[in-house]
Amino acid sequence: MRSQSRRTRAAIATALAGGMLLTACAGAGGSSGGDGESVNVLMVNNPQMVELQRLTADNFTEETGIEVNFTVLPENDVRDKISQDFASQSGQYDVATISNYETPIYARNGWLHELDPFLADDSDYNEEDILEPMRLSLTGEDGKTYAQPFYGESSFLMYRKDVFEELGLEMPEQPTWDEVAEFAATVDDEVSDMKGICLRGLPGWGELIAPLTTVVNTFGGTWFDEDWNAQLTAPEFVEATEFYVNLVRDHGQSGAAQSGYAECLNNMTQGNTAMWYDATAGAGSLEAEGSPVQGDIGYVPAPVKETESSGWLYTWAWGMQKASENTDNAWEFISWASSQGYEELVGETSGWSNVPAGKRASTYENADYQKDAEAFYDVTFRAISEAKPDDPGVQPRPAAGIQFVGIPEFTDLGTRVSREISAAIAGQQSVEEALEKAQAAAERVGEGYQD
Amino acid sequence: MSAVTTTAAPSANLAQRGKGAFLGLLAWAVGLLFFLPVAWMVLTSFRSESDAATNPPSLTAPLTLDSYREFFGGGASPWPPLINSLTASLLSTLLVLVLALPAAYALSIRPVKAWRDVLFFFLSTKMLPIVAALLPIYLIAQNLGMLDNIWLLIILYTAMNLPIAVWMLQSFLAEVPASVIEAAQIDGARLPVILYRVIMPIAGPGIAATSLICFIFSWNEMLFARVLTGVTAQTAPVFLTSFITSQGLFLAQMCAASFAISLPVLAAGFAAQDKLVQGLSLGAVK
Repeated sequence: MRSQSRRTRAAIATALAGGMLLTACAGAGGSSGGDGESVNVLMVNNPQMVELQRLTADNFTEETGIEVNFTVLPENDVRDKISQDFASQSGQYDVATISNYETPIYARNGWLHELDPFLADDSDYNEEDILEPMRLSLTGEDGKTYAQPFYGESSFLMYRKDVFEELGLEMPEQPTWDEVAEFAATVDDEVSDMKGICLRGLPGWGELIAPLTTVVNTFGGTWFDEDWNAQLTAPEFVEATEFYVNLVRDHGQSGAAQSGYAECLNNMTQGNTAMWYDATAGAGSLEAEGSPVQGDIGYVPAPVKETESSGWLYTWAWGMQKASENTDNAWEFISWASSQGYEELVGETSGWSNVPAGKRASTYENADYQKDAEAFYDVTFRAISEAKPDDPGVQPRPAAGIQFVGIPEFTDLGTRVSREISAAIAGQQSVEEALEKAQAAAERVGEGYQD
Repeated sequence: MSAVTTTAAPSANLAQRGKGAFLGLLAWAVGLLFFLPVAWMVLTSFRSESDAATNPPSLTAPLTLDSYREFFGGGASPWPPLINSLTASLLSTLLVLVLALPAAYALSIRPVKAWRDVLFFFLSTKMLPIVAALLPIYLIAQNLGMLDNIWLLIILYTAMNLPIAVWMLQSFLAEVPASVIEAAQIDGARLPVILYRVIMPIAGPGIAATSLICFIFSWNEMLFARVLTGVTAQTAPVFLTSFITSQGLFLAQMCAASFAISLPVLAAGFAAQDKLVQGLSLGAVK
């Protein structure tokens, strides 16, 4: 008993000493964050950001002496955390990755620092080089710039050139959705072990809803008319959704209701599907070193029906929190990460196909990039430059956005609607039933804007 | 008659043994079922990313230490979050013990009036879902300038674990026989001596078990940590989520990180194992 109590005493003493030591460490770590020559960055965990994190200390910090403290989180978590930190203006983070969906909404709420004064003072940054649709999509209603793009993307159709050739099919330079549906049927019938097309069916406003909304746009439909009347049961919306659901049910991948970007990328890489309509970012992975389909893929603009183009526009961009007390350092970081120089750094250190592209015209004029991205750089460039976030369909819209509606309620609404449509893809209900429920939800959102 | 009894006895014995074997097998099966995901996690952590993502999973893929190299030497250092987690868990556990031991003493060995009501009052503080308190706590912390401060987590974890610790310690201290304490008193021992020489040795395993539970709860806590910390006070579970990405493979990396972050808890569990077995079976003097 005596030895046991002595042991307990020793254990407690060790724990106490350990605890004190640890707080001392934590205290030391904490103080380094507040001395001005640092900037706190909150960002989404995408490969491009991880690369940035790797390159920061040896390049940015080396040159400027500014320490960068990164917090990296998965997409949904980072959105929660950013809106929480920015809404309370607690100023924990100076810079955060926001998309072109959030930027105008945050700007309206007064959460973002305008960037025009920095842009005016920083001639090295070469703002004219930023692609016009990118620049506009990161501008607030007041016409001021609130974020700078890190990389951008649109959507296009990827297809297997070799399979098409074998079957004697010819992909037009600008396909229509009806042609794509025919191709899908032919491949599905003729080639065993290969489906016609892969389309996202996974619920989520950033998953299924993104490609579906571009189809709705080009079929002449819209989520809301100019007066915020929900249009989900209008003939065009129904026709587009039925087309999408039937196409993926008849000639699409197995387990369609559960597949998103990652699953479709996998299907395309493994040779399980002949076509894939999705983000232009997919091309980088398909053409990467070691990909079994490298060199076999053709790229054409997003298929259309009533409109001339229908690709979406998306960007991860750097926004600066209004409450930040570190604005100069924050701008130093943003202007470095979004610069042409950073793209060159990535190109030289880890290959030009890894460059955070899709935001600067100069990237597409760079011979090294053209060589590495030969198959798709031109189509990507045109898709991004031709995107019209203010006018993506056939009718005027009450809010900007191609694959989304630029209102804060859309994340919730889109996700709810996507669940209904995903259930229709799974065969649990008809498209009409799905859209009737979706319409009711959309009407409630619309009413909030009609008063 | 005698023939019947002699034949009946071995068959009953056999049935008994069969039942025992069956229960043993069942225990093994359940044990393996629970252990399998952990084993799979450890195995996956030694795979390359592309091998970890194959469907159906492959058992024979080559092993590599890449994920661990990436975890300890990659983009972000895992040490600050690990140190934060250790600080929060150890200090909050110590605080809990300091506060819960006297409370439990006053509810078992020298019970206060209406000690049952007091005990249930402690428990009632656990009835409010944590998430309901999250927003007020966030706002209070913001106003006090305590966001992203490890001391905030220490205070919260202490408050969170205190009721459980009081309940556990109360039941352990109640196991200390009154007669032993009386005997010590008759021998002239005063309170500090009784506490230290009589109660501590009997309730020791219980205290160890309680500490370990508090440590594990604090170590694994995610909700508060995710919302209330940021750059400097980030804890290990929040750091763990940073490996999830929507645009690439992360399974092997995630498994390596999960395993590395579970190690301190495993170590604490092994260190306290012999005490735990006594403590958790509530058998201090039985």
